Amino acid sequence: MKKWKKFATAALAAMVCASVMAGCGGKKEEAKSNEIKIGASFELTGNVANYGKAILSGAKMAFDEANAKGGVLGKKIVVIESDNKSEPSESGNSITKLVTQDKVVAIVGPATSGCVAAGSPITEANKIPHIAPSGTAPGLTVDNNGKVKPFMFRACFIDPFQGQVMAHFASNTLKVKNVAILMDSSSDYSKGLAQVFQATLEKAGGKIVTKEAFLSKDLDFKASLTKIKATNPEAVYVPGYYEEVSKIIKQAREIGLNVPMMGCDGWESPKLAEIAGKDALNNCYYVSAFSAQDTDPSVQAFIKAYKEKYQKDPDIFAMQGYNAGLVVVDSIKRAGSTDGTAIAKAMAATKDLPVASGKLTYDANHNPIISALIISLDGGVPSLKEKISL
Amino acid sequence: MNQIRKFDLALIAACAAIFAGLQGAIFTGIIGPFWELNIILICINIILAVSLNLINGYTGQFSIGHAGFMAVGAYTSAVITVKLGLPYELGLVVATISAGVLGFLIGLPTLRLNGDYLAIATLGLGEIIRICILNIDYVGGASGLMGIPRLTTFAYVFWIMIAVIFFIKNFKNSAPGRCCLAIRENEIAADTMGINTTKYKVLAFTLGASFAGTAGALFSHYFFLAHPASFTFMRSFDILTMVVLGGLGSMTGSITGAILLTFISAFLSDFPEWRMIIYSVTMIILMLYRPQGLFGNKELSLKMFGLGGKHNG
Repeated sequence: MKKWKKFATAALAAMVCASVMAGCGGKKEEAKSNEIKIGASFELTGNVANYGKAILSGAKMAFDEANAKGGVLGKKIVVIESDNKSEPSESGNSITKLVTQDKVVAIVGPATSGCVAAGSPITEANKIPHIAPSGTAPGLTVDNNGKVKPFMFRACFIDPFQGQVMAHFASNTLKVKNVAILMDSSSDYSKGLAQVFQATLEKAGGKIVTKEAFLSKDLDFKASLTKIKATNPEAVYVPGYYEEVSKIIKQAREIGLNVPMMGCDGWESPKLAEIAGKDALNNCYYVSAFSAQDTDPSVQAFIKAYKEKYQKDPDIFAMQGYNAGLVVVDSIKRAGSTDGTAIAKAMAATKDLPVASGKLTYDANHNPIISALIISLDGGVPSLKEKISL
Repeated sequence: MNQIRKFDLALIAACAAIFAGLQGAIFTGIIGPFWELNIILICINIILAVSLNLINGYTGQFSIGHAGFMAVGAYTSAVITVKLGLPYELGLVVATISAGVLGFLIGLPTLRLNGDYLAIATLGLGEIIRICILNIDYVGGASGLMGIPRLTTFAYVFWIMIAVIFFIKNFKNSAPGRCCLAIRENEIAADTMGINTTKYKVLAFTLGASFAGTAGALFSHYFFLAHPASFTFMRSFDILTMVVLGGLGSMTGSITGAILLTFISAFLSDFPEWRMIIYSVTMIILMLYRPQGLFGNKELSLKMFGLGGKHNG
């Protein structure tokens, strides 16, 4: 018995050693002069792995396309992936590794703003251009004093922008005046959107009749929804992620709250219809940067290429990853070198770059100027309702 | 007594040698920023693991809310340095004290519970702390407190770790420490022997919580931000795993567990799809064949190697 125990301990120790060795093996990649290394730090496991993986697939596609066209500056782009477990300090860890161990020339990722914020001081200190494909927090690209960070960029529109878009849509297209808000008080994204939406709507003559809150991972929303129903709103604004939103819509329809539901790009997921059910998903609208029905040729070309490569339909995150990849490739080309400062300078000067969703130009704060789409859901089927450029 | 003191001095000298070696390697660039980061993370995890071991291993109270106390330390210290512009040392002290005070307040009512009930209560309290922080806009709410300067250096983290280890080691050998051990072995018997069980349970809990606060302060001042997502119950479980892996009640076990798990995690960051599998398989095998952890409740010592055969595993 004792021997058996010893054997088990030895086996365990061997396994741990083996895993450590495996880690070592992968690290010793020599820097080759005909390669350009790009770091991809994403949420590949953990809470938001869904987003991280989709963005990474899009970004890889952009780099593969550049390689197929003969590479950049005559060199091949190599993507080095790193996981941050959907946790900010791990993101700092993973970006430190990419920047100092792997010596990448640019970083793409992570998906969530918190993880980007943890990595940004490291890329700034090492002068490595860093592009966040979907980090929407307004403070991401500027420091505490409101000065723009020279190496930090993003590839998506920011929260205030989509809050404004939805408020415009509510007052101009839906022509509603009394709107209720149901927001996720554990998410800054949600709270920020609610604030901008309210400000814009009130400016346009609308009124917020009530504001209710929930926490992410909540399952039952009927209490809040009943309160909202009692105030007789003409529409409900639900900035949040699909996990909760799908349940909210389902339960709202169950209690007979049939007014239009409006939301944000966090709704974007096939799971929305899966959880909420087709019958509940009527009269729902959300803001997106991407729709498969967009007849823009650049969008259609992207969708076709993505389907061929991955045998599935791309979502908004894949597109944002793809756009971020295109921005990086274009900046390295225009910089004519792999020096971080030169690339960042070229990136800041990006103007009318053709990307999957139209054309991308950076403003003074490194936020892209691109148009937004309003998607409507009827019977669970998303369709393009309107394209809005503010 | 004299022998113990001599042994301690020898240990401290050994620690100083390790410190000099590592610090030298960091200065000369032999250890790059990535490994420096992971060594600092290991030190922080050791502080967390040994302080949880004080509660779970020595006193036998099953607490899984350690991340909550860590969050308190991380945020209070960040408020002191970032919002009030006061020195970092003060931040460390206040973080330790505030987490300790909270541990005391929480410990008083919850330590009346035991076993599963205490575990659930502490788990809930950890989450309550996190959700409270999530809703305080002053500290950044859900987007976290950004713009914290990197003030934690290897020297800070290493010597604080050594101080905590020595404190807990000596606490275990003190009269209150013996009371804690007695409570772990049999609470009713300890009570009958005249030990004020509530007092010592709360004492251990408060000390453990305050060290977690120190670790939190070191953590937030190394990773540039304090973010609620860093202090979920997953972090509590990570710390608990380190303690259980090393062996509940073994300080050297907690240290080994912290080093091992942090290293595995760092090495496997290139293989995200393998990380969780290897991590969980290691756990399952360990729990099947060595449910008492690597070292059981024994301490790693030179004796263990010299006379390994005569010990009962």
